[in-house]
Formats: sequence, C-alpha cells, structure tokens
Amino acid sequence: MAYTLKGETGDWEVVIGLEVHAQVVSKSKLFSGASAEFGAEPNTHVSLVDAGMPGMLPVLNAHAVEQAVKSGLGMKAKINRRSVFARKNYFYADMPQGYQISQYDQPIVGEGTIVLDMPDGSTRSIGVERLHLEQDAGKSIHDLHPSKTFIDLNRSGVPLMEIVSKPDLRSPEEAGLYLKKLRSILRYLGTCDGNMEEGSMRCDANVSVRPVGSTELRTRCEIKNVNSVRFVMMAIEHEARRHIEVWESGGKVDQETRLYDPNRDETRSMRSKEMAHDYRYFPDPDLLPLELDEAFIAKIQAGLPELPDDKQQRFMRDYGLSAYDADVLVSERENALYFEDVAKGRDAKIAANWVISNLFGVLNKQGLAIADSPVSAKDLGALLDLLADNTLSGRMAKDVFEAMVETGKTPGVIVEERGLKQVTDTGAIEAAIDQVIASAPDKVAEYRGGKDKLIGWFTGQVMRATQGAASPGVVNDLLKKKLAP
Amino acid sequence: MSLTSFTIAEARTKLRAKEFSAVELTEAYLAAMEQGAGLNAFITTTPEIARERAKAADARLKSGSTAALEGIPLGIKDLFCTEGVLTTAASHILDGFKPRYESTVTAKLRDAGSVMLGKLNLDEFAMGSATITSFYGPTKNPWKARNSNADLVPGGSSGGSAASVAGGLALGATGTDTGGSIRQPAAFAGIVGVKPTYGRCSRWGVVAFASSLDQAGPMTRTVRDSAIMLGVMCGHDPKDSTSANRAVPDFEAALARGVKGLRIGIPKEYRPDGLNAEVSALWDQGMQWLKDAGATPVEISLPHTKYALPTYYIVAPAEASSNLARYDGVRFGLRVPGQSLDEMYSKTRAAGFGAEVKRRVLIGTYVLSAGYYDAYYLKAQKVRALIAKDFDDAFEKVDAILTPTAPSAAFAIGERMDDPVAMYLNDVFTVPASLAGIPGASVPAGLTSTGLPLGLQVLTKRWDEETMFAVCQVLEDAAQFKRLV
Repeated sequence: MAYTLKGETGDWEVVIGLEVHAQVVSKSKLFSGASAEFGAEPNTHVSLVDAGMPGMLPVLNAHAVEQAVKSGLGMKAKINRRSVFARKNYFYADMPQGYQISQYDQPIVGEGTIVLDMPDGSTRSIGVERLHLEQDAGKSIHDLHPSKTFIDLNRSGVPLMEIVSKPDLRSPEEAGLYLKKLRSILRYLGTCDGNMEEGSMRCDANVSVRPVGSTELRTRCEIKNVNSVRFVMMAIEHEARRHIEVWESGGKVDQETRLYDPNRDETRSMRSKEMAHDYRYFPDPDLLPLELDEAFIAKIQAGLPELPDDKQQRFMRDYGLSAYDADVLVSERENALYFEDVAKGRDAKIAANWVISNLFGVLNKQGLAIADSPVSAKDLGALLDLLADNTLSGRMAKDVFEAMVETGKTPGVIVEERGLKQVTDTGAIEAAIDQVIASAPDKVAEYRGGKDKLIGWFTGQVMRATQGAASPGVVNDLLKKKLAP
Repeated sequence: MSLTSFTIAEARTKLRAKEFSAVELTEAYLAAMEQGAGLNAFITTTPEIARERAKAADARLKSGSTAALEGIPLGIKDLFCTEGVLTTAASHILDGFKPRYESTVTAKLRDAGSVMLGKLNLDEFAMGSATITSFYGPTKNPWKARNSNADLVPGGSSGGSAASVAGGLALGATGTDTGGSIRQPAAFAGIVGVKPTYGRCSRWGVVAFASSLDQAGPMTRTVRDSAIMLGVMCGHDPKDSTSANRAVPDFEAALARGVKGLRIGIPKEYRPDGLNAEVSALWDQGMQWLKDAGATPVEISLPHTKYALPTYYIVAPAEASSNLARYDGVRFGLRVPGQSLDEMYSKTRAAGFGAEVKRRVLIGTYVLSAGYYDAYYLKAQKVRALIAKDFDDAFEKVDAILTPTAPSAAFAIGERMDDPVAMYLNDVFTVPASLAGIPGASVPAGLTSTGLPLGLQVLTKRWDEETMFAVCQVLEDAAQFKRLV
C-alpha cells in the first residue's frame, strides 16, 4: 500500500529526494596532506592549504578519487571519464578560502541505482542522480565566549562525497531504508564509515507533496543537516504535513532551506529563496580536469567486494534463507561474515535463526556492534554442534547461550562446569515418568479418556523433574507409550 | 667601473674568479638601494638577510661552488611569499603578514645561492600596468624623457622589479606576468623580461591574482641573464597541479643558436590604424635585424586578437574575485572589527583593498553571477580557446612571432589614471600570449625621439623558450641598446 497522508481535501503523496554528505574514509584531506582523522585537538590537523593562506594551492588526493569511483561502482553508477572541480563561492568564517572546492556540472559519478527491500518482500529501485567530491568546511563554535566565535579548522578540507538521489522516494520509511542501504553499501566498500552521530554521514532532505494521482512536482523545501535516520524520517513526515496544511489553506509553499528541531519535532525557516547565495560556480583554475582511464576504473572494479544485494541473493540461493532473513544478515558486512562463520558446515537455517533471534537480540539489548559480541562465531558454532548431536536440548542450549553471554566462556566449558548433559538414558527418564504418572492419577484418567492435549502437561512435568536435561523427543515417545490405555 | 654595473653572467665569472666577493657585491647593491630609495622600488629591504646570504655564498664560492646564482643579489617582487619576511602584495589588507613559508620559485633562487635584497613594489595584487595602485605609493621609472623632468611610471605590475634592475638597485629581479606584467614594465624600463610558458614555473607560494594566467619570470639587464635566472626558477613542482612535469632545457645554451632559417611571423592585427609611428618603425627595424641574421619574415594573421583584451578583462577579474575572497580579516592581515561577521568582512575589505582591486573584484563577481555567467565568463572561455588556436595555427607556419611589447613608451605618473580602459590598453600586445599560455619576452630595442626605451616582444609556441631566447639574443646583439646601468 502506497504511503499517503490524509488532508481535508483528500489524500496526498510525498515526494522526497535525499542529498547525503558522506565523509570519505581517507587518511588525509581532499586537497592537502593534513590528517583527516576525527576528534583531534582543535586546529591541530590543519595545513597551510586548509587555512587558506596566500599562495597555497590544492593538490588532489588520489585515494579519495579511488574511493569515489569505488562508491560509484557500488551503486552501479556511470563513472565519468572526465570531471571538473569547481569553486562554490561564499563567505563564512570557517571556510578560509572563501570558496568550497566542489564539483558542479561535471561530477565524477553519474546516474546509478539503489535497490530497497521493502518489508512486504517487494523491492524498490531508487535512482541516484550523481555523486561528487567536495571539501568540508571547518567548524564554528559559538558557545565558548559571549561575543566571539571560535574556529576549528580540523575538518576544513576533509573529503566528502555528496550523493544525490532522484526525487524517487515516496515515504519516510523509504527514505529511512534508502539511507540504511546507502550506508550499508558504503560500509561494505570501506569508503565511508556511515557514522551519523560523529557527522561522517549527514543528510539533507528535499520534500514536496502533491495530491494522489497527480504527477506534478510542487515547490520543495530543503531540510538541512539531519543527523540520524530516525530524525530524517520524522522531519520528512513533519514537513510533508506542513506543506499539506499550507496548500489546503489556500497558501503557497515557499522554496526555502529549513532546519529540523528534533526536540520540538518541527522545521523552521533558515533561508528563503531570495536570501539564497549566488555561489558563482566556476571551474577551479588551480586544478586540472580530472581524467580517469579505463585501466584505473577496471582495477577498482576488479577489487570490489561482494556487495549487499549480491550477498543477499547468494544467501537465499546457497543457504535457502528467506529474502527477509538474508537481508537482515547482509545489511552489515561484519554480520554477514559472522553468520557465514557460524553456518559453515552446519544447518544454515538453524544458524540464521540463532544469529538473528538470539545473538542480534542480545547485541541490540546491550547496544553492541558485532565486533564487540560477547559470543564469538566459533563458540556459537560449537553450541549449535552440541545441539545437533543431541548433547543439549533446545532449552538447555538457550541457557548455555545466556551463560556464554554472561561469562564469555565456551559452551564446552559451561556444559562441563554445570554438568549439563541432555539425558537420553531412557532408564532415568522412565523413572521420572513413572513418578509423574503415579502422582497424578486423575490427569492420567482424563488423558486416557481422550484429552490428548494433556500430553504437554505431562511433558512439562517430566522436564521439570529432570531439570530440563531430558531430551524432549525421548520424553514424548516414552510418555505416549506409558500413557497408552 | 662600479660593482653594480655588471650583468649576472659577468658577476658570476668574477665571483668565481674571486675578483670580488659576494659580500662586496651585496654591499654595493645595499648602498645603491639607499641612494636610489627615491624610486620607491622596494616595499621592504632585507639587508640582514642579504649580508647573511652573501657571507654564506662566499663560503661556498671558496669551496668551489658553481651554483647557478651563487652570490648574485636579486630583488623579489612582493607577490612571492618569503619566509619570515613581510609579504604585502602591495596591499593594505596584508598588513603585518609574514608567511611561515617560502614560495617554490624564491626557494629555488635561494638554494641556487642568490642573495635576496628585499621585496619589490608592484601594483596592488599585481592589478595594474603602471605600479601606481600600490598601497605603498607609486614606483618611479629611473628613465626620464629628454625634454621633461616629469617622473615616469615604470610600467606594471612588476614596476618595482623593472625600476630596480634598470636603476642598478638589483642585479636581477623576479616578476610575475598575468597579462603583461613582466614584459610591459621591462619595455618601459629598458630591460629584458621573460614570461615563460604557463606551467613552467610553480605558482606555489605566489599570491594569486588570476590562477590560469599567472606566471613568474625573470627581469634582467640582458637576455643571457634571463636565461640563467629562468633556468633556476622553473621546473616541476608537485605542490602546483598546473606545473608541468617536463625537463628544464638549457636555456643559456640556446642563446647561440641564431635565427638562420627561422620563419618569423609578423601579425597584421598588431598594426592597427594609429599605431605610434616610432613603435611601428622599431618593429620594422627589429624584423630587418632578424632578416639580416638569416630569418625570413612571414606575414600572419591572428584573427581574434581584437577580442583578447575584453576576454582578459572577464577571465582575470573572475578568477581574482574568487582568489581574493580569502582576504577576509579572519586569519591574517588587516582586520577592521564590526558588530557582526558580515560587517567585519565589509569594513575590512573596504579599508584593505584599493580602488582598482575593488573594481576588478566587482567585475569578476558580476561576470560569474547567476544569469550572466554564460554571457560573460563562459563566452570568454570560448574566445580564449579561439585565441589560443590562432597561435597554434600561426606556429604551423612560423617559428616565432615578433611584435612591439607595448603601444607606447613610459608615460608620466598621474597620466591615464582617470580612465581605466586607456590604462588597460597598455597590455593590448601582451595579453593574447597570456591567454594562450605561450612564452613571451620583451627585449629593449631602441629609444623614442625623447630618449625613452621601447621593447620588442618575441613569442614562440608552448614550451619552446629556447627559440624565444635565440631570437631575443639576435635582437639584443643587433640593437646595441644603451642601458642606464
């Protein structure tokens, strides 16, 4: 069902395009040798170029170019053999050159596609308009002094990829999935760490609305610098509702740049179209046009890792997983690697279940990434082996897993320490059954009288008597035999 | 004979032969600088640095150094950043700016043993043709007309360089040429000035005026001296992306080639109606000298010449408007406080820039702005390509082109100051080569009836400075120009 918003005059459709600024994983800046690392003391990662000193010239970082091409190939996009760096001119105190070096009409990467897996199992292809390289600005700090602003230029010149989608997104949910998928692809490629909290991925959302059935594009507003997937989704919904209100009350939406305030869940105007900068873009005469040869692109293509979509297909094909499970497992490369370690030589569906329900459950609860998982893939695999050879029952395995999470010990050690071995010795089980039958003659009579469902109650009693160590299969078989009239 | 009357080549021989020391030579220049202070050729003198470097050069000469410029006292145009030494670009806005770095070109000159005497006056940010827009006041030409005591301009923007070399205050000087700023002042002051191929000298550490046009070059008393100096100044610099990775030819060796068999182009567009008769006659004389030495004159056409000046006055201000954005009062130089950031910008730039700089920043901002970009900047780039093609076509037929350097001899300080267009016309013969990026040199070739020097310009194709030097040498030999020093 398509996402629509109800208005007083009818249903409205939302049209969304996203501009993502993704910080390139790179040791140094886009046009200087200074470190691009996050979190250093203010103004310690600043070269003469980054500070815009007189006579300083930019020199393009070849690694950043490679990363941009890699990202483009990861989005199955056109790689432009010739691209041009342009100056975007405007004054700001944390932009020392008085212009940002960016790419304008000739970006390094052209059109591509990102495929979204919708929760109902369908897919949506979202067009990517372009990807271009540009330098970041520095940071203005306004709250350290009542009248002064402090400037930190560490970020000045850090390489960014601006990835612009087509206005193909139709709901906050799709926008969220697009961001997650894009982040997943970039992380697979190692071209952006996708950390929105640290600002290494930032999003601007262009939002407009139109009556359902219409194909027009109405005036859009750009919501700047939203820093989490959730906030992007909230901001879009809020903004769309605002537009509907404006249109329905007979007004006109003004094209403007707005800021989203997550605390109040509202957007407010930052800059109107009349106040918009005239950036006076022109080709940067300090830099030659960037020409890429086929061999350079082919080499990057050949070195690409398996990407989420391909991996998902392979998991479905080779492991028999559902599209949904496969999608969950591949969204993070490390998760997929973990799963494959666990699944190797084992029942893949069981492995997938354990990883998704049990392990991810624990990680989510504790807010951990897979890299910090208290249970290694090897140990989880060993646990599944104990389950497979009937040493542990399912219930016992869950207990052992919890102990593994708590103690970090291997399943073997925990089984040993707690003497937890599934009882398959029918003698011991039979004794327990006999005791249960003897203690509940009325229940036995009811069962024999046709109340089949009571078998569950008997099984539970026996399991309790054996402290869960009995194999439920064996218990069931023996119970049925003994209870038979 | 005074120590300051030798050429670089002569001083080189005598220094190596220990006829005098670098310290003695330097002291002679320091004394001449004091005596000639009235010319206002220097913005900053650096006698301590000069004495120190001269002493070190003597030590190296003693141990047999044959470095190309060992012990040679030079003046540096104050557009080159010099470590620890005030660098002003002749602008109020760079008040107190002492860079922590040395430009590539001046570092090469220093490392070749030369002695820096000081920083030479220029038009503010190299914008001008008379060295009258300097915040530090105009420079006077050491030449005077026979019939007048009026102070004359030395040309510009490298007017301090021209005056110091012609007046015996420096043995050689660096200049920069964006539209004629080396060649035109060389002609006005009766010295040799060379603008090499764009990309031959690194622009790193040179305060930028118009990045796609700026080139450093030598200004000297003889053609040989320029060949010696240029050999040191040029070469690939990885810090400048527009610097060419090409071997540096032995320019001095090319001086003896002669012009026998060379075809010399005479462009008909350079002889407009109303061209100064003395300039026109000297041009004919120059061609006759080359003919006498075995060259063949060929009439050529450079059809887009008339568009060169308007094209230049779009491209150069456009780049300048962006290049000068970094002078904002935030990090260095002049700051005039304001109540807001924008007010600080306005006040600083209003106080820091002179009228000509403001005019060009305004022109440049205008031609790049939305709605005007295509009509001005883009069209200018297209015309620029046509002008370059004119030269490409011409060099299919000829080996070098001979033209006058400037349409007139030096004029009086104060003349033409109220009409910027009349001032811009000074560069009508030099600007086309700048737009095409080809090398050009001016050689003093004769005097006007009132005894003022006139120069002839030699142009060759890109990277063929050797032919240019060979032609210049023949002209110099034939002209027997009587220098002041």
